[in-house]
Amino acid sequence: MDFQLTKEEEAFRDEVRGFLDENLPEGHVRTPEFLADWNRKIRERRWVGFSWPSDVGGGGGSIMEQVILKDEMARRKAPALGTCFMGLAWVGPSIIQYGTEEQKQKYIPDILDAKYQWCTGYSEPDSGSDLASLKCRCERDGDEYVVNGQKTWTSIAMWSKMMILLVRTDSAGESKHDGITCLLVKMDSPGIEVRPIKNMSGGAIFAEVFFDGVRVPVENRLGAEGEGWKVTISALASERSSIAEVHGLIRKIDEVKALAKSTVRGGRAMNEDSGIRRRIAEAETKIEAMRLNGMRFLTKQLKGEPLGSETSINKLHRASLEIGLGELALEILGSSSTLMSGDDPVTDEGSWARFALNWPEVVIGGGTPNIQRNIIAERILGLPKD
Amino acid sequence: MNFGFTEEQELLRAEVRRFLEQNASLERVREIVEGADATDPVLWARMAELGWVGLAMPETHGGVGLDLETLLVVLEETGRALFPSALVSTVIAAKAIERFGSESQRARWIPGLADGSKIGTFAFLERSDTLSPGGVETAVKPDGDELILSGEKLFVTDAASADLFVVAVRSGVDADAISLVVVERGASGVSAEDFDGMDLTKRIGRLTLDEARIGQDCVLGEQGAAWEAAQWLLDLGAALVAAEAVGSAEAALEITTEFAKERIQFDEQIGKFQGVKHPLAEIYVEIESFRSLVYYAVWALDQDAGDARLAVSRAKAYCADTFPDAAIMGVQLHGGVGYTWEYDIQLYLKRSKWVRPMFGDADYHYERIARFGDL
Repeated sequence: MDFQLTKEEEAFRDEVRGFLDENLPEGHVRTPEFLADWNRKIRERRWVGFSWPSDVGGGGGSIMEQVILKDEMARRKAPALGTCFMGLAWVGPSIIQYGTEEQKQKYIPDILDAKYQWCTGYSEPDSGSDLASLKCRCERDGDEYVVNGQKTWTSIAMWSKMMILLVRTDSAGESKHDGITCLLVKMDSPGIEVRPIKNMSGGAIFAEVFFDGVRVPVENRLGAEGEGWKVTISALASERSSIAEVHGLIRKIDEVKALAKSTVRGGRAMNEDSGIRRRIAEAETKIEAMRLNGMRFLTKQLKGEPLGSETSINKLHRASLEIGLGELALEILGSSSTLMSGDDPVTDEGSWARFALNWPEVVIGGGTPNIQRNIIAERILGLPKD
Repeated sequence: MNFGFTEEQELLRAEVRRFLEQNASLERVREIVEGADATDPVLWARMAELGWVGLAMPETHGGVGLDLETLLVVLEETGRALFPSALVSTVIAAKAIERFGSESQRARWIPGLADGSKIGTFAFLERSDTLSPGGVETAVKPDGDELILSGEKLFVTDAASADLFVVAVRSGVDADAISLVVVERGASGVSAEDFDGMDLTKRIGRLTLDEARIGQDCVLGEQGAAWEAAQWLLDLGAALVAAEAVGSAEAALEITTEFAKERIQFDEQIGKFQGVKHPLAEIYVEIESFRSLVYYAVWALDQDAGDARLAVSRAKAYCADTFPDAAIMGVQLHGGVGYTWEYDIQLYLKRSKWVRPMFGDADYHYERIARFGDL
């Protein structure tokens, strides 16, 4: 085992640290101007889309450099490396891999510059975990496709200008994975209706999206007709790194610890309660296990081996931690944990109550825990498919 | 960056696995542990010849001079095979002498441990069953060039077969005032026996010191100043036990997974049912996670890293928490046959219960993590 960086890697790390020293000074305030300036500077350095090939405007960074960059950024709680979230996470990688030259030129720079948001039209009311059973209809009419149907759980649909959409162009295929096609759709196209869904915390982040005779030019098809499954799944698989998630969880557990110290019940600070101490230690240990699991996956990638289903390990840990940390905070708070807003006796304006209501966004989003367990059981342990 | 093993280490792993598959199948392990002295001296001697016993002991004193990280590879395999031997105990004793003894003490004791001719062990716990220094009450009385020891050490691994004991004794009224001394079997007033344990592949017992006489030159380091050293040895023990547990837990999962593929009920392989496959997936997640924690802890011990203690506690806590649960689930998924003496899964269940308290259980280590984490 060897955790040393090479000379070049160290030099890159020092470059990142120097940049952060200069651009995230003590006590800075993240005004819109500050963030605009930040975004311009990280774009200049090609740290947005850092892993993308340089000919499309990415940074061409190696796997190890990506890790160093994300790690240093997360340690310093830096703003995100780019704000077109889904564009950077999977739309861009799909377009880079399967898009035409025109599509690359049209969309990639805008994703890197965060000109607008992308949303993702995959799930349907009857196709959630069983995504490949999707039915949203699509017929060819000359130079256009005509889309009729419905998508749901579409995060930030109401604030997006573009959608990456999966539709069914052929129902006669042998496998349900055949006949799925991927389209890039303008959200202001006539016939699209977006209805935000109020979630259990009272907010609305995702929406239902209805398609009624929506016309999409054929040139907006990504990849070949009927190969949409391949186009989108490979990109979802490219989203691997859990470094940012681990740092996010470390920040959260630190907040829980501070909460335990500042919450006094029955004349005793909650960090003195042996049950709470143990649960905090358990959560910290699980986060460290995630970090180290990630290092083992990284080692595998550095040796040139593809990552497989083992990434489901950290997805399961993350799910249990996102839920568990919220529950732990509510237990520490006691009766006041049930309150959502206001001052005394409310703690932190009810932010923990909201946190404990918002885990499904993360836990259900990328495939439910039971789907992750199926993946591990079938693809790693070799148990029969059910 | 490489959070994994070198090619040489992987070759060693393959060699140890092949050796144990050929010479220490579970059938053979059962024969050994149900036999009179519960060990196989011939196999032990061969393993010592191959350099696996002295692997992480200094070259100048007959060892191979490699690090704990390389030993970890061997321990994963002995754990996998449930191989009954005093390897972990002997390594801890040798490390105690190497790290905290003088050059003449190293020359006196390590060669015998490295070549497998002597078994060593570490005796810390007493009746109070606590890993804090206050639990050490074994008394020391100077008598000329000698020390007279009186007390009872409990839960000593491989007590009955050990030739050499590294013993924690009390040297003053301050809680931390303990010493480490080397006691050889055969000295007057020294007797040891093994208890009738649940896990037949792991022996623990009692060391009785009844006015035992040892020379002043048997004290490791300074008298009364060994609490730091004892803690390091306890941490080493926790890490090595957890390293073996990685292999044991992995084997338990494999056995249960194979069973789930073969066993047919309701006209289906039971491994097809989510009620079976999901618990198996969970066990896989837990094992891979404590594997990561154990690898890092062993590396941190090798490097004397600043976070070594915290890393050890994380590894042992997670292991002590999840391995017993995994083994219980393994037996449960076997159904009725899991309860039988004949099926092997019960051997792993018992190993998991042996692992749980050794060198600190989950509660002990999680509390340590809380303290290290400024709670």
